[in-house]
Amino acid sequence: MVESGFSSPRADVFPAGLRVLVVDDDPTWLKILEKMLKKCSYEVTTCCLARDALNKLREKKDGFDIVISDVNMPDMDGFKLLEHVGLEMDLPVIMMSVDGETSRVMKGVQHGACDYLLKPIRMKELRNIWQHVFRKRIHEVRDIESLEGLEIIHMTRSGSDLSDDGSLFSEDTTSAKKRKDAESKHDGKDFTDLSSTKKARVVWSVDLHQKFVKAVNQIGFDKVGPKKILDLMNVPWLSRENVASHLQKYRLYLSRLQKENDTKNSFLGTKHADSPPKDSAGSFGLKNSTNIHQNDVSCGSYGFPVSNSLVQNIDISGHEGDQKGTASVPGADTKGALSVDVPGPHKATCSQMCFDRSFAPIDSALSYASFDSTIPTGYPWSGIPEIQFSQEGKPLDLDNCFNQLPLPSPQRHSQTEYRQPPPPISSRPSITERDVSTSVDVKPSFDDCRGNCINHYNPFPVQKSQTLTSQGFESISATTLNMKGQGVSLNCLTDWEPVQKNVNWGIGAPFAPLDEDLQVYWLQGDCYAMNLGLQNLDFIDYNDPTLFTEVPSLFYDALRFDHEPLFDPAESSVIDQGLFIA
Amino acid sequence: MSQELQAPGIRHMFSRAYFCLPHAHRNHLQQQVASMRRSLFDQGYLDEQFIQLEELQDDANPDFVEEVVTLFYSDSARLIQSIEQALTSRPINFARLDDYMHQFKGSSSSIGAKKVRTACTPFGEYCSEENAEGCIRAFQQIKQEYATLKRKLETYFQMVK
Repeated sequence: MVESGFSSPRADVFPAGLRVLVVDDDPTWLKILEKMLKKCSYEVTTCCLARDALNKLREKKDGFDIVISDVNMPDMDGFKLLEHVGLEMDLPVIMMSVDGETSRVMKGVQHGACDYLLKPIRMKELRNIWQHVFRKRIHEVRDIESLEGLEIIHMTRSGSDLSDDGSLFSEDTTSAKKRKDAESKHDGKDFTDLSSTKKARVVWSVDLHQKFVKAVNQIGFDKVGPKKILDLMNVPWLSRENVASHLQKYRLYLSRLQKENDTKNSFLGTKHADSPPKDSAGSFGLKNSTNIHQNDVSCGSYGFPVSNSLVQNIDISGHEGDQKGTASVPGADTKGALSVDVPGPHKATCSQMCFDRSFAPIDSALSYASFDSTIPTGYPWSGIPEIQFSQEGKPLDLDNCFNQLPLPSPQRHSQTEYRQPPPPISSRPSITERDVSTSVDVKPSFDDCRGNCINHYNPFPVQKSQTLTSQGFESISATTLNMKGQGVSLNCLTDWEPVQKNVNWGIGAPFAPLDEDLQVYWLQGDCYAMNLGLQNLDFIDYNDPTLFTEVPSLFYDALRFDHEPLFDPAESSVIDQGLFIA
Repeated sequence: MSQELQAPGIRHMFSRAYFCLPHAHRNHLQQQVASMRRSLFDQGYLDEQFIQLEELQDDANPDFVEEVVTLFYSDSARLIQSIEQALTSRPINFARLDDYMHQFKGSSSSIGAKKVRTACTPFGEYCSEENAEGCIRAFQQIKQEYATLKRKLETYFQMVK
């Protein structure tokens, strides 16, 4: 195995020094390909397992320029690996196989392969792989540049839709830098710069996330890609990289949910019936949206489609009454960010939980659990609470969080990361009642609280859903939701300033196995949003590489999650939406 | 000459003594090697992939071709075993068999084992037809080609050294 040391490619001698990761379970081929690539003056790293490959890729962000992988591998389907890489790292991937059947090749292309090579592979075929890297870079540059232009336009607008000017400005600076990088990129050098460009800290408000999910659903989870999403979202100041990293988190989140669902058979019995948890449709989020609409209803329009795939729409449903509660989200409602109506306890809004300052009211609802993820998702919380996931070995405490959410306290809670037991959320009176119940175990109380809480819980699709759907709570309660024994004390951190708000995701049972570490940071008072049905919650999904590994196959199966065990499919989708915070 | 080559002692002596041989003898040896190599291609045992391997051989990896072939044979041995086992189990799991065969085919393509790879095709067909008899027969053929090539390559590499 050749270790390239993850050095940056030397732009001046491109394509020499191209950092290639080769994945093949056949040792003979691995040896041959390694030699061939070395002869092309590329830096080669070899792997015989897909899992190893993903770990390597994750360990060194920007450590590779391109991935070449065989289609048939023992631990993971090559196509799945391909999807993962495309989503998480957004690297060009070349597939290889001895089988050249058209349908297989087509599948490869559909999954995003930028090329499909037939074995035996000639060296000259490998010599040209740099073109895929170059092409991608060029497109990135173009994206950035076009965004730059748009950003200027955007900035001249009143920017009312941007709750945090801070982020806008920071974005601005970053954009400028990107532009510079992009330009140099055009010169054919400086590949390093582009890859190492600092991503702007974007605050994924509910509104933004909503757009994001909508775009994802529209495109179809299978075909989703940062650029496409970006185009659809039509948010000038957002960069492709922002979307890419958000997407990555989202996928992880969903896969985690999926895994949870799969492992936990007890399903909360969400009311949403329709969206079968496993929606193999693969349209991530598409299904959800469908569900959501079906379910919802009472609540207002659910702003954004809940991605089904991962999140089972936790349909807190059944609670029409609850819905009200949520729907009634105080006028404080917020703001634009909360555009999503809380469809009802369940609905998808969950995924969109974005704590928007505007929500002020929800403050303490959130308890954070810090979620350490290898992928840092810090979003500057300027005005908009950010939900940061840091993984901790803690089970999801979302439940707790949710319980607390309903409190609409305008204040911002600054919540620093929580590690382990999330701080009790005091502020909400309503929550307190729920406190106990909130944790998963408390299902019963949860139900009670439904009226109040449910709405709150909406935002946490995943977890909440489980808890929400009272029926299915058992499973959930057992798992994650319990906030480490704490009552529901979701403190909506008063100041959400710190970006790292961790929210414990107590995603119901399904997540239990997986996400010990998933902690969702609830930034800000978006808790309020939760009440609304999570629309405002912006969940940062989990960047939990371990999780990821655990569910590699699920990752893309996310779309077909069988959330049954956890809760109503419909609900789950809602939750997905809400919970995802990037 | 070939007799001498096969006798271990002589062969051993031969390789070390190669450079001590008069030019004519060395030439002769080279010719032997060349003609054997040619026949391997002519008779369809090897294909262009083998040449690719030869082209990859350089000062950094002077025994590259032999290393790859050795790696192939040791790695594919376990595949062969897996296939054997799958063929003797009842009922036969054809899907798994097909999987193994696919891997084996991919592997043998790596060294340019043409006849071996070709023999995999009927096996694949019988597999999809779920024809156990056919699979067993086809596999016998594969094993034969596999063993024949192994012998020839061993000889060849001895000569080359």
